[in-house]
Amino acid sequence: MNLKNQDIISINDLSKEDLLHILKVAKSMEKPKPNLLKNKIMATLFFEPSTRTRLSFIYAMESLGGEVLGFDNASSSSAKKGESLWDTAKIVEKYCDVMVIRHPIEGAARLAAEASSKPAINAGDGANQHPTQTLLDLYTIQKVKGKLNNLSIGMVGDLKYGRTVHSLTAAMSHFNPTFYFIAPQALQMPQTYLDELKEKGIKFVTESNLQKVSNKLDILYVTRIQKERFLDPVEYEKYRGYYKLDTKLLENVKKDLKIMHPLPRVDEMDRSLDETEHAVYFEQAANGIPVRRALLALVLGKAT
Amino acid sequence: MKKELTISAIKDGTVIDHIPSNATFKVADILDLKGIKSMVSVATNLPSKQIGKKGIVKIEGKYLTQEEVNKIAIAAPQATVNIIENYDVKKKLKVSIPNQISRVIKCSNPNCITNVEKIETRFSVLDKNPLKIRCHYCERDMNKEDIEIV
Repeated sequence: MNLKNQDIISINDLSKEDLLHILKVAKSMEKPKPNLLKNKIMATLFFEPSTRTRLSFIYAMESLGGEVLGFDNASSSSAKKGESLWDTAKIVEKYCDVMVIRHPIEGAARLAAEASSKPAINAGDGANQHPTQTLLDLYTIQKVKGKLNNLSIGMVGDLKYGRTVHSLTAAMSHFNPTFYFIAPQALQMPQTYLDELKEKGIKFVTESNLQKVSNKLDILYVTRIQKERFLDPVEYEKYRGYYKLDTKLLENVKKDLKIMHPLPRVDEMDRSLDETEHAVYFEQAANGIPVRRALLALVLGKAT
Repeated sequence: MKKELTISAIKDGTVIDHIPSNATFKVADILDLKGIKSMVSVATNLPSKQIGKKGIVKIEGKYLTQEEVNKIAIAAPQATVNIIENYDVKKKLKVSIPNQISRVIKCSNPNCITNVEKIETRFSVLDKNPLKIRCHYCERDMNKEDIEIV
């Protein structure tokens, strides 16, 4: 397979072979390769703020010898003057070899990719997709467990609105998992995702009490209850802090359980967990570097 | 008064009948008949035993393909399409839902880029009965009851 000039917009566009290939290339990108993307330019079109994703992309590009230009919020782009995203992408393609786009509107990255003849990478489009996050999640799981197949994966928190858990569910579905979806009823995994799992014959359990299933898990993926997804602040207050994970959780778990979190965390995970051998979330964030290096090199035709 | 057909028969071309009245102009719009040079007749609110009130579109000198016919499936699922040659029905085409739907439907997600920028909507059909479609852009699924024709 060849990802040269391909857009990376949605995890659903990538086959199992694509995913494994990207992870394999990422493994070879753990260290900088200062000449690999020399004379290549990455444009960052960030229409909403994001610290980790943007810095991680910039660092990935620069550590491969490439250059970076762009903006980091909509008010410093011509979107503020009313320019359409289509036009912005058409202009920016002239200045770069690859563009990375983050936008609060769902489907924006797909549209920018269609406007541009240069490859585009989605760095998050509203509540829809954030494929590089999912790829670094897979990379982390593969690294800490030594495999992707036949794992029991618990997801806890906001499973209704959380795009990371939706995409991770889709991606891990290639690898015969057993899912444990742990959330209060109002924030449980949407029925349409559960129906898809049923169709594919993938085992899953929905549960509201983490303690009941914690001893079964190989991976526990924790997500934040996202304030910005709630229309009603009273509803948000009801659910924030519904799960506060601390070392009490660990009484009953497998010795090699690994706890992941896409970060930022608020109060769903206590710092006391950080020093335990179960916590891999900071390592997970750092894994964004080799994964983004791999994607940049692949779409620019400098890795195969 | 003698009952007469409001619009006359065509010699060669396509007749689309049994369009729901409120979808008549939508059908003409979907088929993009604006630029056509030959005679096009559009009639609506005609009495129909089957559907109460119906619309008819007659296009002289143009034979719709099955692909073109399928484009009207969302607006007029029960329409009948006759291909006419020398005043005779040469072929009857059935409307069936295509695998991809462009333009006709509005995405139900207000935060979808198609509701922000001026671009054509695109959907892939996941299920035909009951109808379930997925937006090409925001990837949200819509069921029959969510579907609003643009």
